[in-house]
Amino acid sequence: MLIIIEQDKCIGCAVCIESCPYSAIVMTDEKASINEYCQLCRACLNVCPEGAIVERTETSDIQVSHDLSTYKGIWVFAEQRDGYVSAVSYELIGEGRRLAGELKTNLSAVLFGSSEKEAEELIRWGADQVYWCDDPIFEKFNDEPYSQQFVSLINEFKPAIILCGATAIGRSFMPRVAARVRTGLTADCTALQIDKETGNLIQIRPAFGGNIMASILCPNHRPQIATVRPRVMKRGDYKEDRKGEIIKIRAVNLNSNTEVLNSHKEPSYCKVNLQEAEVIVSGGRGLGNAKGFELIEELASLLNGSVGASRAAVDEGWIAYSHQVGQTGKTVCPKIYIACGISGAVQHLVGMSSSDIIIAINKNPEAPIFNVANYGIVGDLYEVIGLLIKRLKETKG
Amino acid sequence: MRFIVCIKQVPDTAEVRINPETNTLIRDGVPSIINPYDMHAIEAGLALREKVGGKVTVLTMGPPQAETALREALSMGVDEAVLLTDRAFAGSDTWATSYTLFKAVTKLGFDLIICGKQAIDGDTAQVGPEMAEFLKIPHIAYVKAIEHIDEKNIIVQRMMDEGYDVVKSTIPVLLTVVKELNIPRLPSLKGKMFAKKAEIKKMTREMISAEEENVGLKGSPTTVQNIFAPEIKKDRKLFTGTTDEQVNQLIETLRGLKCL
Ligand SMILES: Cc1cc2nc3c(=O)[nH]c(=O)nc-3n(C[C@H](O)[C@H](O)[C@H](O)COP(=O)(O)OP(=O)(O)OC[C@H]3O[C@@H](n4cnc5c(N)ncnc54)[C@H](O)[C@@H]3O)c2cc1C
Ligand SMILES: Nc1ncnc2c1ncn2[C@@H]1O[C@H](COP(=O)(O)O)[C@@H](O)[C@H]1O
Repeated sequence: MLIIIEQDKCIGCAVCIESCPYSAIVMTDEKASINEYCQLCRACLNVCPEGAIVERTETSDIQVSHDLSTYKGIWVFAEQRDGYVSAVSYELIGEGRRLAGELKTNLSAVLFGSSEKEAEELIRWGADQVYWCDDPIFEKFNDEPYSQQFVSLINEFKPAIILCGATAIGRSFMPRVAARVRTGLTADCTALQIDKETGNLIQIRPAFGGNIMASILCPNHRPQIATVRPRVMKRGDYKEDRKGEIIKIRAVNLNSNTEVLNSHKEPSYCKVNLQEAEVIVSGGRGLGNAKGFELIEELASLLNGSVGASRAAVDEGWIAYSHQVGQTGKTVCPKIYIACGISGAVQHLVGMSSSDIIIAINKNPEAPIFNVANYGIVGDLYEVIGLLIKRLKETKG
Repeated sequence: MRFIVCIKQVPDTAEVRINPETNTLIRDGVPSIINPYDMHAIEAGLALREKVGGKVTVLTMGPPQAETALREALSMGVDEAVLLTDRAFAGSDTWATSYTLFKAVTKLGFDLIICGKQAIDGDTAQVGPEMAEFLKIPHIAYVKAIEHIDEKNIIVQRMMDEGYDVVKSTIPVLLTVVKELNIPRLPSLKGKMFAKKAEIKKMTREMISAEEENVGLKGSPTTVQNIFAPEIKKDRKLFTGTTDEQVNQLIETLRGLKCL
């Protein structure tokens, strides 16, 4: 995609210049044109009185360097921590299964370290096969050996698509892999589709702090690699008797210039891990003070849920950062998300809008949170929650 | 020791909104700022220089107006600023950006490269680690504390999803830093004076010997197909009546959802 100014239509009025956040529109010879600093943000599209600013979809003229059709199948990088495969891997297998069905291809998982038992679990969750390399070097996460081994697997087996969790680990080593095999990498995707015509992977992700969504393609390079946010994809079906193949891989000449001296786990503040919770009650600046979270906590515990928060509440110091939901916090998708005194800024929405049911309590009927909420109460949260807690206690006896 | 800090000029995304009817960004005077995470990278460079001595260079790839960002960094106490600017860099994705930066830092020479964790316009967090791979040096992402540094090694704390790791690396190394690492200093008066007249070194594609097919749009494997507004749910329902009635409706709903 490109944005251009049709030179014959441009009257040189210069009103578009100001609209560009990147100062990519310049005047030359009394005509405006868009230069290389254009980031395709579209801020300029509607400002031209002559309608000279237009979008062009152009297939880029990059020469396809190698035969793309030799790349087949979908891979999921199954991340492990302390030997256990993390939840996001199962979500990716669920999503990978769906994509593999559409492309009529195989789904493989790649596991470094961990155990044969965990590799078998990956098959029960839906992988056709697992490439498993259990060299002790993978016990702790170091970027170089992880990326070296992964690159070697890509070169040998040539997958078309690779999915990896957008976690601290995935987002750290996958860029090295993409750099080395000279392919694209799309960070932090929230949805994936297959282009019906070309079979290319359409990778959808938030940009500009969640204010807009972008769909990204990697048309002329393989593999197509995406990191995917935890808790946005649904796990597939677990089948006790599903059969698959475990392919043992020997480690290639791996070396590491980094060494993990020790690991610290942060104590969890919640009774239930936020990202695993079925019910989340979240509080925002509307609480007015730290004490408000006592009420939120009480409601959450009556509903067997966890406590979330907006960044505003965290920044105020009312609650710890580990409770923050949103772009710079956690992505959650509980069955029920109750937002109390949260306005619903996009940066908050990207972290919770895939919850099954969203309930909003806010005194401002215009608050954007009501745009995503399935149910809403317009009113003072203290009054509403107070009454709600009272009723819940009554019914529970 | 030679420190290079990579910074990017970005629009302040806190103020960017999209018009859902036209799918365009609403941007009423959205200011350009140094990517917030890169402010912490600059501070880290300055703090390390104070500890072990050396020189801090800030580097950015961007349009000529990114000079403003470089001057701001200079006013904070950075020794030298380099602007990588060339029409050929147009439309770079993270692959092409990190390739270009790799070529430039190779030319400049370094012991330690410091990047922000991510740039707030794209939020990819990829440029740092990709650059390290091109340079064939190690990197440590999401650094939240620096425990030790000497001529040969550095020990840092890196954030993980459930806590943090203490990681030791040989030098040269590339770090990407998070905001917990430090509090960026304010420009000093002396710094501001220096920044005003300091010369900004400009580098083009040819000067860093970057091949044409690896930079800009041509060098970028990914392309943006489309941009659109985040989806909004339509099946919403506001409860009505007195607070009492609304709470009752809510309880009925929760019961219907088998939440009670
Ligand atoms: C790069 C970037 C990343 C960000 N990341 C995140 C993130 O991860 N998570 C996040 O949440 N935010 C994030 N933000 C911040 C986000 O833009 C908003 O500022 C924030 O979400 C606002 O929090 P809030 O809704 O609690 O506060 P406000 O926007 O101040 O809203 C408070 C709401 O409470 C209501 N209210 C007030 N009193 C009452 C009452 N007594 N009863 C009922 N309702 C009441 C008001 O009507 C209002 O709607 C980020 C911002 C940026 C720029
Ligand atoms: N154009 C650029 N010039 C200099 N440094 C950059 C550029 N783009 C990204 N970076 C660095 O890479 C980090 C991560 O950026 P990103 O991968 O775009 O999220 C930033 O915090 C910067 O330190």
